Amino acid sequence: MSKYIGKVWRVGDDIDTDLIIAARHLNDASPENLRKNCLQDVIPDFAEKISKGDILVAGKNFGCGSSREHAPLAIKHCGVSCVVAHSFARIFYRNAINIGLPIITVGDVVEAFQDGDSIEVDVNQGIIRHLDKGQEYQAETFPPFIQEIIAAGNLVNYVKKRVKGDV
Amino acid sequence: MGMTITEKILAAHAGLEEVKAGELINAKVDIALGNDITGPVAIKEFEKMGVEKVFDPEKVVLVPDHFAPAKDIKSAEQCKVLRDFARSQELTHYYEVGQMGIEHCLLPEQGIVAPGDLVIGADSHTVTYGALGAFATGVGSTDLAAAMATGEVWLRVPETIKVNLTGKPSSPWVVGKDVILDLIGKIGVDGALYQALEFCGEGLSHLSMDSRFTIANMAIEAGAKNGIMPVDEKTLIYTKCRVKKPYQVYESDPDAVYSQEIEIDLTSLKPQVAFPHLPSNTRSIEDVGEVFIDQVVIGSCTNGRMEDMRIAAQILKGKKVHPYLRLIVIPGTQGIYQQCMREGIVETIIEAGGVFSTPTCGPCLGGYMGILAKGERALTTTNRNFVGRMGHPESEIYLANPAVAAASAVKGRIAAPEEVIGN
Ligand code: SF4
Repeated sequence: MSKYIGKVWRVGDDIDTDLIIAARHLNDASPENLRKNCLQDVIPDFAEKISKGDILVAGKNFGCGSSREHAPLAIKHCGVSCVVAHSFARIFYRNAINIGLPIITVGDVVEAFQDGDSIEVDVNQGIIRHLDKGQEYQAETFPPFIQEIIAAGNLVNYVKKRVKGDV
Repeated sequence: MGMTITEKILAAHAGLEEVKAGELINAKVDIALGNDITGPVAIKEFEKMGVEKVFDPEKVVLVPDHFAPAKDIKSAEQCKVLRDFARSQELTHYYEVGQMGIEHCLLPEQGIVAPGDLVIGADSHTVTYGALGAFATGVGSTDLAAAMATGEVWLRVPETIKVNLTGKPSSPWVVGKDVILDLIGKIGVDGALYQALEFCGEGLSHLSMDSRFTIANMAIEAGAKNGIMPVDEKTLIYTKCRVKKPYQVYESDPDAVYSQEIEIDLTSLKPQVAFPHLPSNTRSIEDVGEVFIDQVVIGSCTNGRMEDMRIAAQILKGKKVHPYLRLIVIPGTQGIYQQCMREGIVETIIEAGGVFSTPTCGPCLGGYMGILAKGERALTTTNRNFVGRMGHPESEIYLANPAVAAASAVKGRIAAPEEVIGN
C-alpha cells in the first residue's frame, strides 16, 4: 500500500530529534514509552490527541540532530501513517525508510496545508492531494533501489531476502 | 573528470572506478559503531535478520558511553544487552566502563579509524573521523544492524561543499570550535544537507588535530553527511603511533567538482557563541552582551580532548569558579583523564571549585550528571543547544569553545577569555 488519507498535523522548520523524542526518554526503547513521549514538547499530549492514520506535515529539515531511530519509531508507534515535509534531515530520512515509516519530500507544497486539513498522499507516485481544496501536487518519487527496500517493508526484510539470496 | 576525496573513498569501497554525486551505491564498511542507546535497538534488528555472526568481529565496535556508568536500571539493562552481545560475538573492540570513553574521542585515540576508511556509526557525530581523512557518517540502528550482518551499507554519493580556510588565528583562544560555529552561522543548520563538507586550505595547517576533530564533529550540525579533511603531516604524526593496520591516503583531484565554495579567514575570526535554540544562532564574543549563567560544562565528543582540557586549566589556574555557578568538566576518555592527572589539570579544576568527572556523554544529551532545571542557563562546549537538550524544555543552552567556557565559569556570565587572563 502506498496511499494514505488522514488529517494534517502541521509542525514548523528544524523539528529536531530531541523534540520528537527527548533523550531523557531514551533509556527505554519500548513502543509504549516512545509513543507516549512523542513530540511532547511541540504538541503537548500529541500521542493522546492524534487518530490512527493522521499525517504529519512539517517544514524544512525535519528530524535534524541525533541518529536515534527512536524518533521515526515514536512517530510510527503513535499511529501516524505518513510524514510529509519540505525536506528531511539525512539520517531521519534513512531511518524512516529503513523502519518502514512512509515519508515524502514535497518542498513548498507544505505551505498549502494547515492543522486539521484533509490530505491524501501517494508515496509511490509522488502525488499529494488537498482533499478540502481539491488540489493536487506532484512531488519527488524514490529512486528504484530505495523502492525495493520500501517494497520489502523495511531494511530488515530486505537484508533477510538478500542473505537468503532472493534479491 | 576529477573526484573529491569523499568520492574516491566511496568508489574504492563500492568496488567502482568512479562514482558521481547523486549515485546510490552499496559500499563495504571498515568500521561499524554502536553505543548504549542505538546498539541495543540494532542488536534486536540484527537478530531478526537470520544471521548468526557479525560479518567481522574486529570491525564492529560497541561503546557504552551515553548513560554509562549506568544511570538507572533501564540504562543498566541497555548496557547489558551491549555487553552480552559483545561477549557472545567475541568482539575485539568493546569498551567496558573503566576503559571506555566518549566514542568519538575513543576510536581515533585507540587507532581504530585510519585515513581512507569508510566508517558508519549509529550516532550522528560519527562524522568526527573525517578529521583523519576517512569517510565517516551517522546512520540509524537498522542500518547498523544491516552492516553488522552484511558488512555493507547503502549510501547516496553526496555533492561536496569546499570550505577553504585561510590565514592563521590571531588569538590563542580561537580554535576549531569557532571555525565550525562560524560556518554553521553562515550556512544554517541545513546549509550542507545531504552534502559533504571538505575543509582545506593553508589555514588547516594552523589547527591542531584536536581542533580538527571538533570541526568535523559538528559538520552534522550543518546537516552534512560527512565532514572531511586532507591528510597532512599533523594527521600522520597522530596516526603513526596509534593505527596498526595498513591504510590508504586519498586526496581530491585539482579538477574535482564542488557544489559550492566558502572561505573562512582565520585571522579575523573571533570566539563564537551559539545562542538558544540552534547551533546556527551565532554571535562573535564581543556581541554577546550580558548573559548570566548557572552552569558551565566542558567536555563531550566536540570539546573533551586534551587541547580543550589544557585550555580550560590554563584559564582556571589560581582562579575560583563564580559562587553562583556550577562547573562540570568531563574528559573524553580514560587516556585523557590520566594525562590530565599527570599535568595537574584535575587539581587545577578541583581547586577552582569545579567537578571533574569520569568520561561519559552525561549532560551533553540531558542524560545525567548536570541536568538543567526550569529557567536555568548553561554555557557548554557541546554541540547542540536544541530546546530541552540538557534538561527542562524551558532551560537555555549557549555553545562556545573551552576558553570562553572557562572564563565564563569564573565570571558567572558569558565572558571573553581576555577578561580573565591576559594574552
Ligand atoms: S558527547 Fe554528546 S554529542 Fe557526543 S556522542 Fe555523546 S551525547 Fe552524542
